[in-house]
Amino acid sequence: MHDLVSIFASLDSPGIYLGWGAFQIQLGNLIVILVMILLFVLALFLPFPSGRKRK
Amino acid sequence: MSLRENPPREHAPEEDEYHTWTGKARGALLRRLPADKLLPEDQPSYVASWIYVFGMGAIVSLVFILASGVILGLNGPAWYHLSDLGHFVNSVHLWSVELFFMTMVVHLWGKYWMAAWRGGRTLTWITGMGAFLVSIVTAFTGYLLQTNFDSQWIAFEGKDALNSAGIGAWFNVANLGQIFMFHIILLPLAVGAVVALHVLLVRMHGVVPPLEAAESDAQLQTGVRPDSEEAGR
Amino acid sequence: MNNPRLRATRADKDGLARRPWRGTVREYDLFKELTVALVVMGILTLGLSAIFGSPDEASVTLKSWANAAPADFVATATAELAGSSETAGYGPPYNNTPDATQTLGPLDLQSLSGVQLPIDTANDLVIDPLSTLNAPPPELADWVKASDAQRTGWSTAYSDALAKATDNDPANVAADAGAYGPVPVLTDSLLTMAKQGALDGVLAAKGDFYNFDYTLGTLFLGDGAYFGDLATAQHLTGDQWGMMNETGNTPGQSWLWLFSFWYQVEPFASAPNADLLVVLLMLLLSVALTLAPFIPGLRDIPRWIPVHRLIWRDYYRRR
Repeated sequence: MHDLVSIFASLDSPGIYLGWGAFQIQLGNLIVILVMILLFVLALFLPFPSGRKRK
Repeated sequence: MSLRENPPREHAPEEDEYHTWTGKARGALLRRLPADKLLPEDQPSYVASWIYVFGMGAIVSLVFILASGVILGLNGPAWYHLSDLGHFVNSVHLWSVELFFMTMVVHLWGKYWMAAWRGGRTLTWITGMGAFLVSIVTAFTGYLLQTNFDSQWIAFEGKDALNSAGIGAWFNVANLGQIFMFHIILLPLAVGAVVALHVLLVRMHGVVPPLEAAESDAQLQTGVRPDSEEAGR
Repeated sequence: MNNPRLRATRADKDGLARRPWRGTVREYDLFKELTVALVVMGILTLGLSAIFGSPDEASVTLKSWANAAPADFVATATAELAGSSETAGYGPPYNNTPDATQTLGPLDLQSLSGVQLPIDTANDLVIDPLSTLNAPPPELADWVKASDAQRTGWSTAYSDALAKATDNDPANVAADAGAYGPVPVLTDSLLTMAKQGALDGVLAAKGDFYNFDYTLGTLFLGDGAYFGDLATAQHLTGDQWGMMNETGNTPGQSWLWLFSFWYQVEPFASAPNADLLVVLLMLLLSVALTLAPFIPGLRDIPRWIPVHRLIWRDYYRRR
């Protein structure tokens, strides 16, 4: 975890890029997109606490 | 073409109570958005999913964007290069933007899969998309205002798309004065206005009922209808 | 009378979304949700800012360029004089270079805007800045007096000679008395001016005190190779999905992923009018998503792929 933080925190460090042919993505952007997908899936599946019902 | 008349709201003001333009406008506004719709104490029972929290997440992120933006604006564009506090406020501005887009996009996905434009909510969808698109332009001008290597390159590279569309002179990415005005006045006003309209429309129309919901559903049977003589269809 | 009843049921179903909800409700506190959201998002925002910060890679100046890559600077200044630089051949809004605009059939938005920001690369980027010097090189007068053909001849000859010289170093250019005219002296004077930092101020303020407009300096930098090489090293160029990237590992404008995507694939990647094509395509797609409620197919996907069964599973279970 510390390594991860220091990678991000260092402004001088060159970016980490992942690529498959024409597809190329910066690690930071990839994480943002994966987190969005994760949030969406969690929102669909996690049970929502049932509030007080009223007529 | 509904089978049953919409029941009249309690205390619905009569049209002829108003005599002036102002009064008529007030009447029309109150009829469309009465106080209990604007600030509700309850929501339909189907509003029970985590997917509903992302709209609020986006609004709150926008609050943090505006607050950090105001501090950056008060100190001028060069401040964050020189001051540790300034750099931190700049980081808050950046991360609130990232969170704004993340929550807004998850909200958009959710609303799409709910087909949330049903039942007269088309304008709500359109204003939501408007908020998304105007926010993209606003964020772009923010990247141009960093006054560092990134903004220099974005200005050089970004000019081609704008020039090809014929708007490069009026939206000149290398003209810091122009972009500054866009980013701190014109576009925030646009985002604020579109988001405010979007939220008011959401409150006016209420949260869209589930797809395939029918009058025969249990949740509609147990509800106490104001027009009780029609109940139990 | 089955048919009318069926129709009525369907109309009623649509009408259900149109009418205020009259079924069961659950307690909901708008202000409480707002407060909780403020706290949660506040912690997230401040936490992310404290841990990851934000990048601030120092900007490039004409001074740093001239000092780091003098040969590239001189070659670029010569191209500005010869009218062979990218900016000189750009077309509107900078100049009237024929056939330079991006078009799609008869659609030529670039020409429609006209030359709104006129730039004469030789005068604006080289000659005028030199003439602001306290002691301009005497050769400046030779350039001013010369005909257009003579100027082009000199600067093109020098451009070619620089390209052939070892390391493109002006010191290694083949001697050819007279062929280059005043161009070597002018570009060397501009290099000195840039190295000392004077050119940055002159190009930005154009002889005035105030400045808001960095168009000239940005275009001059972009005409050279140095600026683009730095951007390539940071994965910022258009063919590297650079539009959505920030320097280092900080997330950038990931929402521009689709905009960036088109530049990577054919037919856009090699199209001379790629910018116009991508802009128009993205406009079209944005309008389509905005008008999704009216577009058959697009508006029906949520019914075909029932994600809503998950969202409202509680409701459907207790129908």
